[in-house]
Amino acid sequence: MGLLWFAIISVMLTAYVVLDGFDLGAGALHLFLGRTDDERRKIIKSIGPVWDGNEVWLLATGGVLYFVFPQLYASSFSGFYLPLMMVLWLLMLRAIGLEFRTHIKDGIWASFFDGIFSLGSLLLAVFYGAALGNVVRGLPLGPDHYFFLPLWTNWNIGPHQGVLDWYTVLSGVVALVALCVHGANYIVVKTDGELNERARKTSLVLTPVLLVLTLVSLLATIAIHPNISANYNTLPIGYAIPVLVFASLIAVFVFQKRRKEVAAFVSGALYLAFMLVGAVYALYPVILPAVDPRYNLTVENSITGSYALQVGLRWWTVAIVIALGYFVFVYRIFRGKVELEDHGGYGD
Amino acid sequence: MDSAVLIHRLHFAFTVTYHYLFPLLTMGLAPLVVALETMGLWKHDERYNYAARFWAKIFGISFVFGVVTGIPMEFQFGTNWSHFSRFAGGVIGQTLAMEGSFAFFLESAFLGLFLFGEKRLSKIGHWWTGVAVFLGSWLSGYCIVATDAWMQHPVAYRSTADGSVTLSSFWGLLLNPWAIWQYAHNMAGAAVTGAFVMTAVGAYYLLSEKHPEQGKIFIRVGVVSGILFSLLVIGPTGDGQGRNLANYQPAALAAMEAHFDTKAADLVILGQPNVEGKTIDNPLVVPKGLSFLISRNWNSKVRGLSSFPETEWPTNISLLYYAYHIMVGLGTIFMGVMLLSGIQLWRKKLYETKWLLWILMLSFPLPFIANTAGWITAEIGRQPYLVYGLMRTVDGFSKSVSAANAWFTLLGFMGMYTLLSILFIFLVQRELAHGPEYGESVVPAPVKGGKTTIAGRN
Repeated sequence: MGLLWFAIISVMLTAYVVLDGFDLGAGALHLFLGRTDDERRKIIKSIGPVWDGNEVWLLATGGVLYFVFPQLYASSFSGFYLPLMMVLWLLMLRAIGLEFRTHIKDGIWASFFDGIFSLGSLLLAVFYGAALGNVVRGLPLGPDHYFFLPLWTNWNIGPHQGVLDWYTVLSGVVALVALCVHGANYIVVKTDGELNERARKTSLVLTPVLLVLTLVSLLATIAIHPNISANYNTLPIGYAIPVLVFASLIAVFVFQKRRKEVAAFVSGALYLAFMLVGAVYALYPVILPAVDPRYNLTVENSITGSYALQVGLRWWTVAIVIALGYFVFVYRIFRGKVELEDHGGYGD
Repeated sequence: MDSAVLIHRLHFAFTVTYHYLFPLLTMGLAPLVVALETMGLWKHDERYNYAARFWAKIFGISFVFGVVTGIPMEFQFGTNWSHFSRFAGGVIGQTLAMEGSFAFFLESAFLGLFLFGEKRLSKIGHWWTGVAVFLGSWLSGYCIVATDAWMQHPVAYRSTADGSVTLSSFWGLLLNPWAIWQYAHNMAGAAVTGAFVMTAVGAYYLLSEKHPEQGKIFIRVGVVSGILFSLLVIGPTGDGQGRNLANYQPAALAAMEAHFDTKAADLVILGQPNVEGKTIDNPLVVPKGLSFLISRNWNSKVRGLSSFPETEWPTNISLLYYAYHIMVGLGTIFMGVMLLSGIQLWRKKLYETKWLLWILMLSFPLPFIANTAGWITAEIGRQPYLVYGLMRTVDGFSKSVSAANAWFTLLGFMGMYTLLSILFIFLVQRELAHGPEYGESVVPAPVKGGKTTIAGRN
């Protein structure tokens, strides 16, 4: 039961990263890719109907995490107090930027909200990467299973570490570049003309950069965490995961070269998914690694009662079926390239 | 002000009070939008469809704000109340996760269909998506109320070896007797809010002589539902909730009424509680009224606050007393205003009764205040407990998060919510100025820019 819920949460988190990832990436590249007002409106319109639905995955994942692993929720959320609050503010700022930008067609205010939206997206990508970096690096959990991290201290890994150190900043940069590639791939699929071409070139330039960064961060992870490959050694099939990571990244490049737009986007999504699977594979059954391994939070010592888990599985199944149906529907309705039109329709 | 627990309480109180303004409006408007759609189908009258579309847009804006301000609520269980989450997550995690993944997906799924799918769906199909949005938003509400009800009156749990609690009965949690009345009372309060807002916009259109036909529809639907729900708020739902308190939280009830000595209790209309002197200053009361309401017997004794040890007293009796009385006072006013408007409507004079239209227009903030006061009553009344009888509030906050850090983020939220308020007003004002896209007007006015005619729409 524990493994099942661990898998469910991992899948939900992956869904969130892949889905919200492309609209964050598109947002981070917004100012750079969109040179004219029309182009910027196209980018906004390409994510307009889907971004809030994508964000619901964050809420749902959080809710399920809370009920399956209350101890994990309590420890990690209070420990990451400051960065999480900033993530909340950034999510709001980004929504403010998006909403205003949709309704203000011109002028310096449009530029202002473009900036808010883009900056919010960019910082969120960095924060998410840094958060994942923190989890992989390990946290100063005490015997009571709690910790508190300042935002930064001396940027080093050690006894007085902060949320940000060289390793987690590196993770943040990897995440930013990864989501930019993902976002650029999405814009390629959703637009045509100059914007399409510019996004394609961006993806082609960033993909090799991402390849190098991924390799560097993999080496850094092994350097700071020599035990990280323990699970891989016990079950060597796991070594397929890093291979798939790099293969999907190369696939992005090749497909983008050959103008296979959808295939490139899907490959980028697979890259993100395999990255997360790789991390999760290394951690299991630990769900929040402590600097002192005695205080690790594991599936076993954090999970709630089995009755609650069984009941939860029933309604969760119904919920996920509805959610998937909805996503299929929404993405079908809004498939194809975006066109700008000034209609007074319902959802304008 | 150096007490960390106080700051964490303020933090949650501020963010949840602000958040709830939006779901309050969406849950209140949802049944009214369905009512408008139904009228359109039933009477084959396109005017009702315009009205429904207009209110669906307001609903949609409010929904997005509810989502954006709702995410911090979920986070704060972990960030600011980690000891509580660790203790109670095994029980209330269930309802919160259901809200997050089930009701919420349902609601946003069908809201998407409802807002974007009109041209692709049949009329009946579109009507059904409206019904699903209504049910989804009310189901969301139930999950949250059931969570709060468990904190008010914990049931269906089992203690575990590590000192926390875990769920022992799913249906026991969902059918908590406290939750049933609290939910009914709360939803009636939300519907009153929707009714007052719809009526206020209608009155605004009539008074400013814009979109009069639509204004009349808003007023008709608003007043009829306003009468129904303002009566339901009082009885049986308010009465039922009151007896919940008498049964399970007698100390809170005594504090709400500032009833200190155990004897037949008066119903206090006005007056200031004097906690030190254990009396009420400047009282205006219905003698023995409270006794009658609780047990239908004018002479039954009601336990006074003095019979409880002071460690069991709610921590802020004055605020509790005022919040409760503001709620009840406003609830009475709502009934009066709506009944009066109903009489005028029946006499076919309401649309010309300008003074009453002014009152209806200006009343729209009052249900927001009343509902907020009601929630303050519930949550302050629960003190000094976080989970009534099981966990005290001082034991539930995040010990690892200092008061300074909590202040920092509280101030940040205040700034952020100021921005959100400006955005909300901007967006709603835009819809109000745009109007229900209905091209009629009693006095043929020049068509202003941006206003589309009927023919231009489809």
